[in-house]
Amino acid sequence: GAQLQLAVPVAVVFAPGSVPGDLPRPLPFRDVQEMEISVNLRAGITSRHQMLYRSTTAQEEAALGAATAREADAALRLLQDTSLGSLTLYVIPETSSLLPQGISIYVGKHRSALVRAGGGLAALRARLQQLTQVMSFTASSIAAALSDRVPDSQLGPDARRHLKSSLGYEITFSLLNPDPKSHAVDWDIEDAVSRYVQPVLDKLSLVANFSVDSQILYYAVLGVTPRFDKESSSFLLSAHSLPHVINPVEARLGSSAASLYPVLNFLLYVPERSHSPLYIQDKDGAPVSTNAFHSPRWGGIMIYNVEAPASPQASLPLHVDVDMVRVMEVFLAQLRLLFGLSREELPPEFLVESLGNEGLADWELDRLLWAHTVENIATVSTTLTSLAQLLDKIGNIVIKDDVASEVYRAVAAVQSAVAELATGHLHAAFQASKEAVTSSERAFFDPSLLHLLYFPDDQKFAIYIPLFLPMAVPILLSLAKIVREARQRKKDPTKMD
Amino acid sequence: SHIVLMLADDMACNPRNPKPATVFSHKNMELNVYGDDVEVDYRSYEVTVENFLRVLTGRIPPSTPRSKRLLSDDRSNILIYMTGSHGGNGFLKFQDSEEITNVELADAFEQMWQKRRYNELLFIIDTCQGASMYERFYSPNIMALASSQVGEDSLSHQPDLEIGVHLMDRYTFYVLEFLEEIHPASQTNMNDLFQVCPKSLCVSTPGHRTDLFQRDSQNVLITDFFGSVRKVEITTETISLDRDLAGFESKLPKDELATEPLKYAEQLPVAQIIHQKPKQKDWHPPGGFILGLWALIIMVFFKTYGIKHMKHIF
Repeated sequence: GAQLQLAVPVAVVFAPGSVPGDLPRPLPFRDVQEMEISVNLRAGITSRHQMLYRSTTAQEEAALGAATAREADAALRLLQDTSLGSLTLYVIPETSSLLPQGISIYVGKHRSALVRAGGGLAALRARLQQLTQVMSFTASSIAAALSDRVPDSQLGPDARRHLKSSLGYEITFSLLNPDPKSHAVDWDIEDAVSRYVQPVLDKLSLVANFSVDSQILYYAVLGVTPRFDKESSSFLLSAHSLPHVINPVEARLGSSAASLYPVLNFLLYVPERSHSPLYIQDKDGAPVSTNAFHSPRWGGIMIYNVEAPASPQASLPLHVDVDMVRVMEVFLAQLRLLFGLSREELPPEFLVESLGNEGLADWELDRLLWAHTVENIATVSTTLTSLAQLLDKIGNIVIKDDVASEVYRAVAAVQSAVAELATGHLHAAFQASKEAVTSSERAFFDPSLLHLLYFPDDQKFAIYIPLFLPMAVPILLSLAKIVREARQRKKDPTKMD
Repeated sequence: SHIVLMLADDMACNPRNPKPATVFSHKNMELNVYGDDVEVDYRSYEVTVENFLRVLTGRIPPSTPRSKRLLSDDRSNILIYMTGSHGGNGFLKFQDSEEITNVELADAFEQMWQKRRYNELLFIIDTCQGASMYERFYSPNIMALASSQVGEDSLSHQPDLEIGVHLMDRYTFYVLEFLEEIHPASQTNMNDLFQVCPKSLCVSTPGHRTDLFQRDSQNVLITDFFGSVRKVEITTETISLDRDLAGFESKLPKDELATEPLKYAEQLPVAQIIHQKPKQKDWHPPGGFILGLWALIIMVFFKTYGIKHMKHIF
């Protein structure tokens, strides 16, 4: 079968004092590590780590002399190859103070990491391989990207259902105020979006087009009644009632009629005064610190409790100014989780640089691109195969010229994407895969390909026989007469009329 | 929201309905099933076999709005419920003028499976000889129920003498009664749904088909298809934002908004329409079959009557 090769260009840079004694060749040298990714498909997928081992330049040495890992990372960024998909891993001496005690790997915000040497070449190689996988793709992330083609048993029961690769996403922020008589809620969503959300979306603009809108819904209730807990004198929403919250609310959310992109809904719910404060309980009965939950491929809901007024005689409605930073910290975290970027899944000896307002690191963007490119290529191949099977089966479908040209374009684009992946050009591969998906979907879902023309044989007979049989009777009889006359004339050639 | 409703809509607003805009399930008028929250996506003339197949396979013209599309993916469970019209062995009537055959339906489901437009599909049909409609399915993960076997008729429940027609089909009536008891946390499974409307109540024998379905029907909850119970996760991660960062400068250039005034596109080029000449239809020579038939007829005619007699005719 076809082989899909995912090549990652990795530069391993040894700082002075960190070179292991048992190198096979003197620096600099190149190496390729290939690994089969087993995802029960007909096509095999292999990952190629194209390693280049070299020592530091003078500028890099100076950068590594910084006081903290964070400063070193910022300085090194200007000196490295920042093309999408490539990685630069700096190996520092075992005794270096750049990394805190007990931490052997530091992952920066961009596409580089610092690795503590030690334990010989084999141990270093193992660490480098693990690090490369974390910063690009692992077998499980590829399996998750192909989840609709991989049998469920292989994915595991907790397999995350990340958002499918799409050309665009619509994000809707909704404020739900079920009790406007008690709470007059104000949220400066426009400012919050431009300050905190837009930078993240700008970074993700490579992956897809994003559009953001917001709305406020009054008298929208959750649909689940929370129960009152005497000990904490608060209302609790148990974990097993959460699955029933979304559907009643969803009918009121609305969405843009024109766009067909998947919608991500982020709801901020301000509970009624009679049900305040409201906390979400997890499975063990403990209140959740974020007071929020999310649903894969749908969005997230956060409950925002309003403090009870200082004096019971305070005039209603209470004015509430929503703390948008607290809210956006949760919503943006949920947005990352919906896309499959989770920090909690990293091994403990990793130290990952915190992001601040950028929302996601460059290597996390790369992870998304790897997964989406593989998903796009798989989608295109099944779409085109299925289209070919359909055309084989129904012989009388007419293929319009533009459908045919879309198919050719899709085939060319997917071949280009596969070629670019094999040489490690992630950006080009992703763009080609996007083009391939667009063309193949346009070809497959063209309205002209609807095959309504199923005529069972008995219907064919039932329609044509009453039409042609009466007409055929005199013709056939006349034909018989002609044949008889011709035969007679042959027998008696001399008999003339 | 996630329901695509196709109604020929000829009952509730029929001029002969003495209780307009209502459809009741029972003579005692408890439950108006044509209530406030009914959104009909495809009504009257739009309910055709073609539109139905278009919705299923997704081969819809690009101008169709979101609410008229089936925007499902590989994790969606789909319920298809067909009722109200006459059916026969292998087909179902649409609007008294069209039919959909079981082969077309099976092919449409296969197209959906190829594009992974469903995770699991539940197909319920309430018409005469309903079981014939699911005989030809061959795609995985489909479970089907029908109100009657091949050769049996599905009967209506009760007539309302005021309106003059029967209110509801028996199978639909008992299924509605059964489903009214289900709440979102219910653990009732498909085996209970198979028992609804036995022969003593329904006169016809309901049938079902589960061989294409991967899970055992005992483990399939009714709420997997009815009631939209979502998978949720508690959010335990947060990111930390810098509150004081004043207006993060976007690294990408913002698009300049178009400054020219917007104007209406020409909606109806009246001048063009009035002076339009009829389109010249391309002339095609007659096909081989017709030509052959005519040649045969003419040859027989001349042979029978003889050419020399032709001058008497013309």
